[in-house]
Amino acid sequence: MTETQFWTFFFIILTFGIYIIIAWRSRVKETKEFYVASQGVPTLANGAAIAADWMSAASFIGMAGLIAFLGSDGSVYLMGWTGGYVLLALLLAPYLRKWGKFTVPEFVGDRYSESVRLVAAICAIVVSFTYVVGQMAGGGIVFSRFLGLSIEWGVVLVAVVIFFYAVLGGMKGITYTQVAQYTVLIIAYLIPAFAVAYQTTGIPIPQISYGQILSELDALSAEFGLAAFTEAFAGRAGGQVDVFLVTLSLMLGTAGLPHVIIRFYTTKTVRGARYSAFWALFFISLLYLTAPAVGAFTKLNLLQGVQGQSPDTLPNWINTWGATGLVTVNEDAETIQTVSNIATSGADLIVNNDILVLASPEIGGLPAPIVGLMAAGGMAAAMSTAAGLLLVISSAASHDLYFRVIKKTGATDKEQMLVGRIAMAVAILVAIWAGINPPAFVAQVVAFAFGLAASTFFPILILGIFWKKANGPGATAGMLSGLVFTSTYMIYTLEVFGTGANDHILNVSPEGIGAVGAAVNFIVTVVVSKLTAPPSQVVQEMVEEIRYPQTRAAARS
Amino acid sequence: MSDVAHEGNSGVPPEAEDISWRQRYWKKNLRLMLVLLAVWFTVSFGFGILLIEPLNNIVILGFPLGLWFAQQGSVYTFLILILVYALWMDKIDDEFGVAERNDEGGYK
Repeated sequence: MTETQFWTFFFIILTFGIYIIIAWRSRVKETKEFYVASQGVPTLANGAAIAADWMSAASFIGMAGLIAFLGSDGSVYLMGWTGGYVLLALLLAPYLRKWGKFTVPEFVGDRYSESVRLVAAICAIVVSFTYVVGQMAGGGIVFSRFLGLSIEWGVVLVAVVIFFYAVLGGMKGITYTQVAQYTVLIIAYLIPAFAVAYQTTGIPIPQISYGQILSELDALSAEFGLAAFTEAFAGRAGGQVDVFLVTLSLMLGTAGLPHVIIRFYTTKTVRGARYSAFWALFFISLLYLTAPAVGAFTKLNLLQGVQGQSPDTLPNWINTWGATGLVTVNEDAETIQTVSNIATSGADLIVNNDILVLASPEIGGLPAPIVGLMAAGGMAAAMSTAAGLLLVISSAASHDLYFRVIKKTGATDKEQMLVGRIAMAVAILVAIWAGINPPAFVAQVVAFAFGLAASTFFPILILGIFWKKANGPGATAGMLSGLVFTSTYMIYTLEVFGTGANDHILNVSPEGIGAVGAAVNFIVTVVVSKLTAPPSQVVQEMVEEIRYPQTRAAARS
Repeated sequence: MSDVAHEGNSGVPPEAEDISWRQRYWKKNLRLMLVLLAVWFTVSFGFGILLIEPLNNIVILGFPLGLWFAQQGSVYTFLILILVYALWMDKIDDEFGVAERNDEGGYK
């Protein structure tokens, strides 16, 4: 066993042990605990849990690498995945909390109609499921690289641990485990980042000091045939329009993703929901503000390490990562002349985006315990997100589908819990299978999940809160047209389900189409609502009610 | 929950039947929201995307300013916006005597 493997085992076993202990201590007995942790989660803890829930394997493992190669345009992810929280905090969280039930489909069901609830439940399951598959695959990569385990066993091991605490503890177990997972992942992310920043610039605050290396990085990038880091609109083919639309899509998608929204149901009060949003973004920004710095520093170290080297004299990390197939070297090259992140580019050294963060301690020459910590952090990010998503799948399947369509009345509390747990278990089994045999479109998961959330949920939630006249037929038509419009364009432009990839229309990439889909949904909902009868007085009263805090007089009566 | 008044300075708890306060409350909430959303749009989409190229001509601490807004400044702004919203809504809640802070822990 190498030193790195020893430390990886050490940190993985330590952290998994902590998660399981927390889960056992917060196991639940009631439906309300299972779905919304009895609405008793303190604001600070809820913020950390939302942050862990939100930051997936893609944020932790993938984002800095993406930004390293996208340069300036990497900001679409930075702004897109944080700016959505402003929309959540101002437009959704307080009102949904005031209304206060268990799931997102349940809100639209009460607000609009039962058929909207069904469509929403199915959308929630599809969106969450595509997302889970990515987490499982991410966890598998970490295990196969650091522990020499096969990807299959890696996925199974991850699933068993998640199964244990999610089925046992429901929302309560998941929330408190996520607080621990956030702590692990942020420490794992920040320590190497601060160390590398200090090594390179003498200032241990990467967010500030990465400015100093930007001109050097631009010069070196040009030498290896890469675009300049600081040049705007160089990283994406669609240019400014596309950057605008992708950022907007990711923001609207963030605000519409069911696994994020339901976290605001778990606070004690409306006020708690507002502050939860603040703490969530605070904890998220610790990682997001560091990511571009990690990307820039790692890219600089990488390029400096291979500059003027022949394939035989390359740094060690290239060999160890070569085994995963995510780094390839052109053995015939005399010296490394070109570097790329694109597998088909034919460059002398090809580095996959996804390894930059996990390999950054090795690229920067940091000691073995830090490499091991990094692995534990990557696992924490993947597991915390997977657990949150599984809860959404379980609640949508049992609470919104099973008990609405199949068994409509007379379900006891015990029965509801049992069905919720069975749904969770089934979801985990399917996720294991999909994680081991990832469908071809996993790489497009992000585009899918966010585009669909932006074009289905976001508009009808906003209209449901701010426009009393929005009605059931309007929301059904709006949601379906947003869904059909967005997925049609994605299928048209992406290679999924065996279809060919066509050219982008008007430079709009499939990642950016969600914003247009949201506009379609918005317009259709408004037009159809205007043409049909307004919602009942009861529903309009309900909309009125969620806008105001409860008065003391009303609370007493 | 205690019934003793903790409502802050000027607030008088409204009666349940009297709903005229609601319109004023909602108006204040909407106005605050629109101002904050305008800042949200200006900093992220304005400085970080639409005006990024001209702003990049200004360089501070090695950062072209447009790039800094796109990768750092906008995130800081988002954080401040959410905090201002939460604090300001506390103030509005106090003013109307509908604050919930006694139920929350946090601060008093």
